[in-house]
Amino acid sequence: MVFVALKMLVGDRAKFLGIVFGITFAAMLITQQASIFIGLMTRTFGFITDTTQPDVWVMDPKVQFVDDIKPMQDTQLLRVRGIEGVAWAMPLYKGLIQARMDNGTFQNCNVIGIDDATLIGGPPEMVEGRLEDLRRSDSVIVDEVGARTRLAKPAPGAPRDAEGNIPPDWPRVPLTIGDTLELNDRRAVVVGICKVSRTFQSQPVLYTTYGRATQYAPRQRKLLSFILVKAEDGLKPEELTRRIREQTGLAAYTGWEFSEKTYMYFVRFTGIPINFGIAVALGFLVGTAIAGQTFYNFTLDNLRQFGALKAMGASNRTLLGMILLQAAVVGVIGYGLGVGLASQFAQLSARSELAFRLIWQTLAATGGAIVVISMLAASLSLLKVIRLEPAIVFKG
Amino acid sequence: MSATATMQAGMGTATRRGETAVHCKGVTKHYGEGTSKVWALRGIDLEIGAGELTMLVGPSGCGKTTLISVVAGILDRDDGECTVFGRDFTRMSASEKTRFRGENVGFVFQQFNLLPTLTAAENVAVPLMILGKGRSAAVKQGAEMLEKVGLKDKLKSLPSQLSGGQQQRVAIARALVHEPKLIVCDEPTSALDHDTGHVIMRMLKNVALNESRSLVIVTHDARIFEFADKIAKMDDGRIKEVSNGVAEVARRNGGGGGGGAGH
Repeated sequence: MVFVALKMLVGDRAKFLGIVFGITFAAMLITQQASIFIGLMTRTFGFITDTTQPDVWVMDPKVQFVDDIKPMQDTQLLRVRGIEGVAWAMPLYKGLIQARMDNGTFQNCNVIGIDDATLIGGPPEMVEGRLEDLRRSDSVIVDEVGARTRLAKPAPGAPRDAEGNIPPDWPRVPLTIGDTLELNDRRAVVVGICKVSRTFQSQPVLYTTYGRATQYAPRQRKLLSFILVKAEDGLKPEELTRRIREQTGLAAYTGWEFSEKTYMYFVRFTGIPINFGIAVALGFLVGTAIAGQTFYNFTLDNLRQFGALKAMGASNRTLLGMILLQAAVVGVIGYGLGVGLASQFAQLSARSELAFRLIWQTLAATGGAIVVISMLAASLSLLKVIRLEPAIVFKG
Repeated sequence: MSATATMQAGMGTATRRGETAVHCKGVTKHYGEGTSKVWALRGIDLEIGAGELTMLVGPSGCGKTTLISVVAGILDRDDGECTVFGRDFTRMSASEKTRFRGENVGFVFQQFNLLPTLTAAENVAVPLMILGKGRSAAVKQGAEMLEKVGLKDKLKSLPSQLSGGQQQRVAIARALVHEPKLIVCDEPTSALDHDTGHVIMRMLKNVALNESRSLVIVTHDARIFEFADKIAKMDDGRIKEVSNGVAEVARRNGGGGGGGAGH
């Protein structure tokens, strides 16, 4: 009866496409919104996962997430270095500093100051130039997306007004090695282009040395944002974090713990999960409504046929099998199309600002949701067919 | 009426002309409860022999459809006795009943009830597939049966591409393909014109009864009474009179004619 079930399903093209559309819509919306949510959430701790060398991040105990900077005194670095089990401890500056562009506008940049001597905490991947070039005077390394977008410079031949400003609508070209910026009235020379994970606020990222970053930064008594610590061989990072907390009173987390803390901050204190949750729930509900309604109508339209099959000797089990098969077929097709469209969307938006991260867990969760939608859609039909009196076929 | 001679061999049954196919005695059935309670059958006594074409006639609401539903095992009676080839539906489990129907009963419906997305041959093959036969073998057998009802050139046509008469012939082929011993037909000619109705009835009589099958036909259509071996006139849930078809036609044509076998 598999054959009969499939022919019944695909034979009514309009209803078949209607059910598939409902499930496709749900699968696409759930996958897309969940992937954007995960993409956004990943951006919140992208800087932590980009910085791979340290085992432990040390910071002021009041820090709630990676961009919530509560500077410490530089002397804390020396205290941490004195703790047993610390292989090395390096300073890290992280702060927002305004860069003045060539056309006179300003752009907030995420400036990262890494240890002057070891350059620990640098970008994960260099696209142009070398990390060691940061040792040259006034040098900075710019992330490639920032160089291409927000920090892009005016194309050659730009006209200037009396104050030396360039029209804002003048075409712009990416910042390249050798170009200069003005950070807090100080000159900065681009010596390299790097690739980093996109940040939550999507600001350009500038890497420089810790010493130079503290000069770019507005004058403050305390400037040390984080201390990056490596545990000695054989010592578990969790144990080291315990020692640092006990002996310094500072907060210390492994990279994973700090990422989770940052992620949970955004989950708890921003409306992001609710907004995306609503979109996902909406996709689920609309998909269920469309698929359920169409599937039910499909069954109602075929009720006499189901009654005839029942009269001719098809058992309830056979008919339920047929309906479940039909639900499974539309579920699989809708899931495939929906996830495929979401992936295509990801492909097309790969170079845009859009945060989109498709992981296998999302695919599995969407699959689960589609199974539920298909079963819900089929369940009304199942009830109708189980209760169906075969004598219906004799009614005119 | 013919002597009762039933043969019972599990689900499978075999009959010879003259043997009793259906035996009903004192069958009752009601719908609804309380003030809305309606008696559809008020004590039906009926015997149908193998190789016999029986018509149930009477005004709307007299219980014809209820009676064939009980006889075909798709509706449970309230009281009385009713055996089909010696088997009593009320003593079967739901799955036994379903299987018995699948193996022994063929249906021809007023509205044909063909699956609109299956071809004619596939529609005819459905009862075989229900009984577990593979698709290709079932469709092949379905095509052979369609040839027997004169639709050799319509094997791959969808129901929507067939006339009413052709659809009814497909439905008849479907009712016969699994060689059931009892065929119940609900108004098989009501949607057809006179000539087509006669063609269909001739076909039913020839194809079905040549192999000692029993036919029970519910009809209002007096034009086909001539094909009946037995006509049971029903009214208000009872069988008022049983006559043979020839006598009934003669009477309607103004002649006398005997052969009545009053109940």
